[in-house]
Amino acid sequence: MPKWFTLAAGVCALMFAVAPILIARAPYEAEMGLVQKIFYYHLPSAITFLVAAIVCGVASVRYLFGGSARQDRLAWAAAELVVLFGLITLVTGPLWARKSWGVWWQWDVRLTASLMGWMVAVAYLLVRKYGGPGSDKLGAGLALFGMANVPFIYISVNYWRTIHPSTTVVPTLPVSMGVPLWFSLASFILLFVVLLRMRVHLEEQRARVDQLYLSVDGN
Amino acid sequence: MGQVVTQTLIAALMVGVLGIGAPAAAQPPDQTDQTQEFVPLDNLPPQEQLPAAPLLVAAYIFSLVALFAYLWSVAQRLRGVSDEVRRLEGELKQRGERG
Repeated sequence: MPKWFTLAAGVCALMFAVAPILIARAPYEAEMGLVQKIFYYHLPSAITFLVAAIVCGVASVRYLFGGSARQDRLAWAAAELVVLFGLITLVTGPLWARKSWGVWWQWDVRLTASLMGWMVAVAYLLVRKYGGPGSDKLGAGLALFGMANVPFIYISVNYWRTIHPSTTVVPTLPVSMGVPLWFSLASFILLFVVLLRMRVHLEEQRARVDQLYLSVDGN
Repeated sequence: MGQVVTQTLIAALMVGVLGIGAPAAAQPPDQTDQTQEFVPLDNLPPQEQLPAAPLLVAAYIFSLVALFAYLWSVAQRLRGVSDEVRRLEGELKQRGERG
Protein backbone atom coordinates (compact mmCIF):
# COMPACT_ATOMS: atom_id res chain seq x y z
CA MET A 1 0.00 0.00 0.00
CA PRO A 2 1.31 3.52 -0.78
CA LYS A 3 2.55 5.83 2.00
CA TRP A 4 -0.31 8.30 1.58
CA PHE A 5 -2.84 5.58 2.35
CA THR A 6 -2.28 5.49 6.13
CA LEU A 7 -2.43 9.28 6.37
CA ALA A 8 -5.59 9.44 4.25
CA ALA A 9 -7.24 6.68 6.31
CA GLY A 10 -6.36 8.51 9.56
CA VAL A 11 -7.68 11.86 8.30
CA CYS A 12 -10.84 10.13 7.04
CA ALA A 13 -11.48 8.48 10.44
CA LEU A 14 -10.99 11.86 12.15
CA MET A 15 -13.38 13.56 9.74
CA PHE A 16 -16.04 10.91 10.33
CA ALA A 17 -15.64 11.47 14.08
CA VAL A 18 -16.03 15.26 13.73
CA ALA A 19 -18.89 15.23 11.18
CA PRO A 20 -21.65 14.21 13.68
CA ILE A 21 -20.68 17.15 15.93
CA LEU A 22 -21.05 19.62 13.04
CA ILE A 23 -24.31 17.97 11.95
CA ALA A 24 -25.72 18.13 15.49
CA ARG A 25 -24.83 21.84 15.70
CA ALA A 26 -26.48 22.67 12.34
CA PRO A 27 -29.83 24.47 12.69
CA TYR A 28 -33.13 22.68 12.17
CA GLU A 29 -34.75 23.17 8.79
CA ALA A 30 -37.94 25.23 9.23
CA GLU A 31 -40.46 22.85 7.64
CA MET A 32 -38.99 19.37 8.12
CA GLY A 33 -37.32 19.81 11.49
CA LEU A 34 -35.08 17.09 12.92
CA VAL A 35 -35.53 14.51 10.15
CA GLN A 36 -33.88 16.86 7.62
CA LYS A 37 -30.54 16.07 9.28
CA ILE A 38 -30.54 12.77 7.33
CA PHE A 39 -29.60 15.06 4.43
CA TYR A 40 -25.99 15.37 5.73
CA TYR A 41 -25.37 11.68 5.04
CA HIS A 42 -27.92 11.10 2.28
CA LEU A 43 -26.60 13.67 -0.18
CA PRO A 44 -22.86 12.90 0.29
CA SER A 45 -23.51 9.17 -0.12
CA ALA A 46 -25.60 9.90 -3.24
CA ILE A 47 -22.83 12.02 -4.78
CA THR A 48 -20.22 9.36 -3.91
CA PHE A 49 -22.52 6.76 -5.49
CA LEU A 50 -22.53 8.79 -8.74
CA VAL A 51 -18.76 9.43 -8.58
CA ALA A 52 -18.15 5.69 -8.11
CA ALA A 53 -20.37 4.91 -11.12
CA ILE A 54 -18.36 7.37 -13.25
CA VAL A 55 -15.02 5.90 -12.06
CA CYS A 56 -16.32 2.40 -12.85
CA GLY A 57 -17.54 3.50 -16.29
CA VAL A 58 -14.37 5.39 -17.26
CA ALA A 59 -12.14 2.50 -16.12
CA SER A 60 -14.34 0.10 -18.10
CA VAL A 61 -14.06 2.21 -21.27
CA ARG A 62 -10.28 2.30 -20.86
CA TYR A 63 -10.25 -1.45 -20.29
CA LEU A 64 -12.43 -2.13 -23.34
CA PHE A 65 -10.25 -0.01 -25.63
CA GLY A 66 -6.86 -0.47 -23.98
CA GLY A 67 -7.08 -3.93 -22.45
CA SER A 68 -5.16 -2.93 -19.33
CA ALA A 69 -5.77 -5.32 -16.39
CA ARG A 70 -5.17 -2.40 -14.02
CA GLN A 71 -8.22 -0.57 -15.40
CA ASP A 72 -10.30 -3.74 -15.06
CA ARG A 73 -9.31 -4.06 -11.40
CA LEU A 74 -10.20 -0.40 -10.84
CA ALA A 75 -13.62 -0.88 -12.48
CA TRP A 76 -14.38 -3.95 -10.35
CA ALA A 77 -13.37 -2.15 -7.17
CA ALA A 78 -15.45 0.91 -8.06
CA ALA A 79 -18.50 -1.26 -8.88
CA GLU A 80 -18.50 -2.61 -5.32
CA LEU A 81 -18.45 0.94 -4.02
CA VAL A 82 -21.34 1.89 -6.31
CA VAL A 83 -23.33 -0.86 -4.58
CA LEU A 84 -22.21 0.24 -1.10
CA PHE A 85 -22.87 3.97 -1.44
CA GLY A 86 -25.97 3.34 -3.55
CA LEU A 87 -27.36 1.15 -0.80
CA ILE A 88 -26.78 3.87 1.81
CA THR A 89 -28.49 6.41 -0.47
CA LEU A 90 -31.45 4.14 -1.20
CA VAL A 91 -31.98 3.33 2.49
CA THR A 92 -31.47 6.79 4.02
CA GLY A 93 -33.68 8.44 1.35
CA PRO A 94 -36.86 6.49 2.19
CA LEU A 95 -36.25 6.98 5.93
CA TRP A 96 -36.29 10.73 5.30
CA ALA A 97 -39.18 10.51 2.80
CA ARG A 98 -41.41 8.62 5.23
CA LYS A 99 -41.52 11.63 7.51
CA SER A 100 -41.36 14.52 5.03
CA TRP A 101 -43.39 13.07 2.11
CA GLY A 102 -45.56 10.64 4.06
CA VAL A 103 -44.45 7.67 1.93
CA TRP A 104 -41.40 5.41 1.89
CA TRP A 105 -40.99 5.44 -1.88
CA GLN A 106 -42.21 7.22 -5.00
CA TRP A 107 -41.70 5.84 -8.51
CA ASP A 108 -40.50 9.21 -9.74
CA VAL A 109 -37.65 9.66 -12.22
CA ARG A 110 -34.78 10.28 -9.82
CA LEU A 111 -35.62 7.50 -7.40
CA THR A 112 -36.30 5.00 -10.18
CA ALA A 113 -33.14 5.95 -12.12
CA SER A 114 -31.05 5.69 -8.93
CA LEU A 115 -32.47 2.25 -8.19
CA MET A 116 -31.73 1.26 -11.78
CA GLY A 117 -28.13 2.51 -11.50
CA TRP A 118 -27.68 0.51 -8.30
CA MET A 119 -29.13 -2.60 -9.92
CA VAL A 120 -26.76 -2.23 -12.88
CA ALA A 121 -23.82 -2.26 -10.42
CA VAL A 122 -25.23 -5.34 -8.67
CA ALA A 123 -25.59 -6.98 -12.10
CA TYR A 124 -21.96 -6.07 -12.86
CA LEU A 125 -20.76 -7.80 -9.69
CA LEU A 126 -22.89 -10.89 -10.36
CA VAL A 127 -21.60 -11.11 -13.93
CA ARG A 128 -17.99 -10.78 -12.74
CA LYS A 129 -18.43 -13.40 -10.04
CA TYR A 130 -20.45 -16.02 -11.89
CA GLY A 131 -20.06 -15.08 -15.58
CA GLY A 132 -16.96 -17.16 -16.29
CA PRO A 133 -14.59 -16.40 -19.18
CA GLY A 134 -15.45 -13.18 -21.05
CA SER A 135 -17.34 -11.72 -18.12
CA ASP A 136 -14.79 -8.89 -17.90
CA LYS A 137 -15.88 -7.46 -21.27
CA LEU A 138 -19.56 -8.07 -20.56
CA GLY A 139 -19.19 -6.37 -17.18
CA ALA A 140 -17.42 -3.41 -18.82
CA GLY A 141 -20.39 -3.03 -21.14
CA LEU A 142 -22.75 -3.00 -18.17
CA ALA A 143 -20.60 -0.39 -16.43
CA LEU A 144 -21.04 1.86 -19.48
CA PHE A 145 -24.82 1.70 -19.00
CA GLY A 146 -24.31 2.54 -15.35
CA MET A 147 -22.21 5.59 -16.23
CA ALA A 148 -24.64 6.76 -18.92
CA ASN A 149 -27.36 6.75 -16.26
CA VAL A 150 -25.48 9.22 -14.02
CA PRO A 151 -26.29 12.52 -15.80
CA PHE A 152 -29.88 11.32 -16.15
CA ILE A 153 -30.12 10.80 -12.36
CA TYR A 154 -28.61 14.22 -11.71
CA ILE A 155 -30.69 16.37 -14.07
CA SER A 156 -33.94 14.39 -13.87
CA VAL A 157 -35.30 16.49 -10.99
CA ASN A 158 -34.97 19.66 -13.06
CA TYR A 159 -36.87 18.36 -16.09
CA TRP A 160 -39.60 16.11 -14.67
CA ARG A 161 -42.25 16.92 -12.14
CA THR A 162 -41.20 15.20 -8.93
CA ILE A 163 -41.47 15.66 -5.20
CA HIS A 164 -37.71 15.17 -4.82
CA PRO A 165 -35.89 18.51 -4.24
CA SER A 166 -34.15 19.91 -7.32
CA THR A 167 -30.41 20.57 -7.77
CA THR A 168 -30.88 24.26 -6.89
CA VAL A 169 -31.33 23.50 -3.17
CA VAL A 170 -27.67 22.92 -2.26
CA PRO A 171 -26.19 26.17 -3.70
CA THR A 172 -28.79 28.22 -1.81
CA LEU A 173 -28.12 26.66 1.60
CA PRO A 174 -27.12 29.04 4.41
CA VAL A 175 -23.53 28.73 5.68
CA SER A 176 -24.69 27.11 8.92
CA MET A 177 -26.08 24.18 6.91
CA GLY A 178 -23.53 24.32 4.09
CA VAL A 179 -20.46 23.79 6.32
CA PRO A 180 -21.59 20.42 7.77
CA LEU A 181 -22.81 19.32 4.35
CA TRP A 182 -19.54 20.06 2.51
CA PHE A 183 -17.51 18.64 5.39
CA SER A 184 -19.56 15.47 5.28
CA LEU A 185 -19.22 15.30 1.50
CA ALA A 186 -15.42 15.67 1.78
CA SER A 187 -15.41 12.83 4.37
CA PHE A 188 -17.38 10.55 2.04
CA ILE A 189 -15.18 11.32 -0.99
CA LEU A 190 -12.03 10.67 1.06
CA LEU A 191 -13.55 7.44 2.35
CA PHE A 192 -14.32 6.47 -1.24
CA VAL A 193 -10.67 7.04 -2.21
CA VAL A 194 -9.42 5.00 0.78
CA LEU A 195 -11.84 2.11 0.18
CA LEU A 196 -11.13 2.14 -3.56
CA ARG A 197 -7.38 1.88 -2.93
CA MET A 198 -7.93 -0.97 -0.47
CA ARG A 199 -10.19 -2.81 -2.88
CA VAL A 200 -7.80 -2.32 -5.83
CA HIS A 201 -4.98 -3.65 -3.61
CA LEU A 202 -7.09 -6.75 -2.96
CA GLU A 203 -7.42 -7.35 -6.70
CA GLU A 204 -3.67 -6.79 -7.15
CA GLN A 205 -2.99 -9.40 -4.49
CA ARG A 206 -5.39 -11.83 -6.20
CA ALA A 207 -3.53 -11.32 -9.49
CA ARG A 208 -0.30 -12.00 -7.60
CA VAL A 209 -1.77 -15.26 -6.24
CA ASP A 210 -2.65 -16.34 -9.79
CA GLN A 211 0.92 -15.56 -10.93
CA LEU A 212 2.38 -17.49 -8.01
CA TYR A 213 0.20 -20.53 -8.71
CA LEU A 214 1.45 -20.49 -12.32
CA SER A 215 5.04 -20.30 -11.06
CA VAL A 216 4.45 -23.17 -8.58
CA ASP A 217 2.87 -25.30 -11.31
CA GLY A 218 5.71 -24.40 -13.71
CA ASN A 219 8.30 -25.64 -11.26
CA MET B 1 -78.85 -11.92 -38.11
CA GLY B 2 -78.35 -13.48 -34.68
CA GLN B 3 -74.92 -11.85 -34.40
CA VAL B 4 -76.35 -8.44 -35.21
CA VAL B 5 -78.97 -8.83 -32.51
CA THR B 6 -76.39 -9.94 -29.94
CA GLN B 7 -74.06 -7.05 -30.79
CA THR B 8 -76.93 -4.59 -30.65
CA LEU B 9 -77.96 -5.91 -27.24
CA ILE B 10 -74.40 -5.65 -25.94
CA ALA B 11 -74.09 -2.11 -27.30
CA ALA B 12 -77.40 -1.15 -25.73
CA LEU B 13 -76.33 -2.64 -22.44
CA MET B 14 -73.08 -0.67 -22.51
CA VAL B 15 -74.89 2.55 -23.34
CA GLY B 16 -77.30 1.82 -20.53
CA VAL B 17 -74.52 1.26 -18.02
CA LEU B 18 -72.76 4.44 -19.13
CA GLY B 19 -76.06 6.27 -19.09
CA ILE B 20 -76.71 5.27 -15.50
CA GLY B 21 -73.15 6.14 -14.44
CA ALA B 22 -72.94 9.41 -16.31
CA PRO B 23 -75.26 11.53 -14.17
CA ALA B 24 -73.47 10.38 -11.04
CA ALA B 25 -70.08 11.16 -12.58
CA ALA B 26 -71.31 14.51 -13.78
CA GLN B 27 -72.14 15.65 -10.26
CA PRO B 28 -69.73 18.37 -9.12
CA PRO B 29 -67.54 17.23 -6.20
CA ASP B 30 -68.62 18.33 -2.79
CA GLN B 31 -66.24 21.26 -2.28
CA THR B 32 -67.18 21.76 1.34
CA ASP B 33 -66.19 18.25 2.40
CA GLN B 34 -62.83 18.38 0.57
CA THR B 35 -61.78 21.65 2.16
CA GLN B 36 -62.75 20.27 5.53
CA GLU B 37 -60.52 17.21 5.04
CA PHE B 38 -57.19 19.07 4.95
CA VAL B 39 -55.36 19.09 8.23
CA PRO B 40 -51.92 20.71 8.48
CA LEU B 41 -49.24 18.25 9.61
CA ASP B 42 -48.51 20.22 12.77
CA ASN B 43 -52.16 20.06 13.83
CA LEU B 44 -52.38 16.28 13.73
CA PRO B 45 -53.12 14.58 17.03
CA PRO B 46 -49.91 13.26 18.71
CA GLN B 47 -50.81 9.61 18.08
CA GLU B 48 -50.89 10.29 14.30
CA GLN B 49 -47.59 12.20 14.13
CA LEU B 50 -44.54 10.22 13.05
CA PRO B 51 -41.56 10.77 15.36
CA ALA B 52 -38.44 11.94 13.49
CA ALA B 53 -35.76 10.74 15.92
CA PRO B 54 -36.06 6.96 15.25
CA LEU B 55 -35.87 7.57 11.48
CA LEU B 56 -32.83 9.82 11.89
CA VAL B 57 -31.06 7.39 14.22
CA ALA B 58 -31.90 4.46 11.91
CA ALA B 59 -30.44 6.33 8.91
CA TYR B 60 -27.15 7.12 10.67
CA ILE B 61 -26.78 3.70 12.26
CA PHE B 62 -27.49 1.94 8.97
CA SER B 63 -24.93 4.10 7.12
CA LEU B 64 -22.18 3.51 9.68
CA VAL B 65 -22.92 -0.23 10.01
CA ALA B 66 -22.86 -0.63 6.20
CA LEU B 67 -19.53 1.23 5.94
CA PHE B 68 -17.91 -0.72 8.78
CA ALA B 69 -19.26 -4.04 7.46
CA TYR B 70 -17.76 -3.34 4.04
CA LEU B 71 -14.45 -2.25 5.58
CA TRP B 72 -14.37 -5.45 7.65
CA SER B 73 -15.23 -7.55 4.59
CA VAL B 74 -12.40 -6.04 2.51
CA ALA B 75 -9.94 -6.39 5.41
CA GLN B 76 -10.88 -10.08 5.84
CA ARG B 77 -10.53 -10.81 2.12
CA LEU B 78 -7.22 -8.94 2.03
CA ARG B 79 -5.90 -10.93 4.99
CA GLY B 80 -6.87 -14.22 3.35
CA VAL B 81 -5.20 -13.33 0.04
CA SER B 82 -2.07 -11.97 1.75
CA ASP B 83 -1.73 -15.23 3.72
CA GLU B 84 -1.99 -17.17 0.48
CA VAL B 85 0.64 -14.96 -1.18
CA ARG B 86 3.03 -15.57 1.75
CA ARG B 87 2.38 -19.33 1.66
CA LEU B 88 2.99 -19.58 -2.09
CA GLU B 89 6.11 -17.40 -1.91
CA GLY B 90 7.42 -19.64 0.88
CA GLU B 91 6.69 -22.73 -1.17
CA LEU B 92 8.50 -21.29 -4.21
CA LYS B 93 11.46 -20.32 -2.04
CA GLN B 94 11.71 -23.83 -0.59
CA ARG B 95 11.60 -25.36 -4.07
CA GLY B 96 14.29 -22.94 -5.19
CA GLU B 97 16.54 -23.93 -2.28
CA ARG B 98 16.01 -27.66 -2.98
CA GLY B 99 16.61 -27.20 -6.73
